[in-house]
Amino acid sequence: MAVEKSLAEINARIKSGKVVVLTAEEVIPLVREKGVQQATAEVDVVTTGTFGTMCSSGAYFNFGHTKPRMKMSKVWLNNVQAYAGLAAVDAFLGATQVPDDDPLNSIHPGEFRYGGGHVIHDLVAGQPVHLRALAYGTDCYPRREINTVITLDDLNQAVLFNPRNAYQNYNVAVNLSDRTIYTYMGVLKPHMGNANYSTAGQLSPLLKDPYFRATGIGSRIFLGGGIGYVAWQGTQHCPEIIELPAGGKLISGGTLAVIGDLKQMRPEWLVGASFLGYGASLTVGLGIPIPILNEEIMYWASRSDEELYAPVIDYGLAYPAGNPQPLGYVTYARLKSGTIELEGREIPAAPLSSYPRARQIAAILKDWIQQGGFLLSEPVALLPSIGEAPPIKPLLENKPENHNGHSNKDRSR
Amino acid sequence: MSPKRVVLRFMATTADKPIIYQLIRNYDLVVNILKAHINPRKEGMMVLEIQGEPEQYTRGLEYLRSLGVTIQPLSQDVQRNETLCTHCGACINVCPSGALFLDRPAMEVHFDEDKCVVCLMCVRACPYKAMEVRF
Repeated sequence: MAVEKSLAEINARIKSGKVVVLTAEEVIPLVREKGVQQATAEVDVVTTGTFGTMCSSGAYFNFGHTKPRMKMSKVWLNNVQAYAGLAAVDAFLGATQVPDDDPLNSIHPGEFRYGGGHVIHDLVAGQPVHLRALAYGTDCYPRREINTVITLDDLNQAVLFNPRNAYQNYNVAVNLSDRTIYTYMGVLKPHMGNANYSTAGQLSPLLKDPYFRATGIGSRIFLGGGIGYVAWQGTQHCPEIIELPAGGKLISGGTLAVIGDLKQMRPEWLVGASFLGYGASLTVGLGIPIPILNEEIMYWASRSDEELYAPVIDYGLAYPAGNPQPLGYVTYARLKSGTIELEGREIPAAPLSSYPRARQIAAILKDWIQQGGFLLSEPVALLPSIGEAPPIKPLLENKPENHNGHSNKDRSR
Repeated sequence: MSPKRVVLRFMATTADKPIIYQLIRNYDLVVNILKAHINPRKEGMMVLEIQGEPEQYTRGLEYLRSLGVTIQPLSQDVQRNETLCTHCGACINVCPSGALFLDRPAMEVHFDEDKCVVCLMCVRACPYKAMEVRF
């Protein structure tokens, strides 16, 4: 008979201290040994984790009002500009923003030593941060400039809000061109000299729930060392499963938008990152508990690196041109072995997302749940599953005369 | 004697002396230049791998010191900041000597200082600036 459990039953077991939690690594041998049905009956929650660089991340703040009042229209934190086109003392800082005077790639490859992700890390670490703001001055908000030093504790609100995190799967990057390239997938040597990948594989949250049966809007998660929530589907969310020609399945395309109180987070789980020749970013620790409600959820949650595939993409020519046709597919087991085989050659493979940290996150989340301090939340709504999200569209370049925008109308008047 | 790796630093006044030639000819040492750099002020830095008779090696280094060259063991030059390292792996394939490697199946990044040739590629490639140069 099929095993079914409700989230309320699982939460009751968490409260009574009887909950059975395994990490996404630990559940694999259990399911191999006892089968999906038996394992579903025994296990209540499977915890996942990932610790990778996630560029679509940022935080918004309320700085508190100045005296006299000020409607900040330009804001910098440690010389990194935050978007202030919001109410008077609110601003949103993006992870990839770099200082106005950053040399960028003027001497290629640029170093991008400091950016929005680093500011977020410094705030979470309790470091004082320089706040500079300019305003044009109004009758109700006369002040025009401020230079001060803030800490995270000083702020009324500080909220991490990441429009796209936890990419379900990611490319394995190689370089077919004849020069070394510097990408968000790290340094790639010419003629397929190396291959970089950036997913935690069998620990990665969305690879373990490809149909989005367990995770939805309002799901409580581990975010940056604190508690966060799934806010929405992430940008570019379009989950799919493709049957590969040589056997196996490619799960990919799902993403999450997540939110959480920055004041609860920890600097070791939100780390500023600098990618040579590419830019600054933020590495985010994120973990999702998967409630084992039925055998289907357990089946997917217990898939291993041997069954999880990633596409190999050329970042030398195909990816920048916008035509990323996979050169092949490899399993995470093969990637973790240290070499992949492509076109009859052995290519050294290395990760960019920290597997030890992902494992730690899954273990912390497991501990939180076992201690009774972390209950699972019923999603308010599920996210679009496979076949339910509209396909991702490219940006088309329309000629301005076909466009009835204001600027055109103004000109014709 | 097993090969020893040293970092030499010399002043502008020494930069034009053929010290490698002297090391090889007068002290019978096998010298492998791993890295060499002279800055615009003509101060130089050179990373050498040296092999030879222990006595000759000692005398060779004495000769260098007599010219005002400072000598440091190589392993002191690049260090990993354990607090900053996230064990991501971005450094693994940029390291030409295998000094940085992944310990499987833990997937933790290890740094074998003895294998480091101080090319500094990891210093540039590390997203967290965990590889530090110490002078």
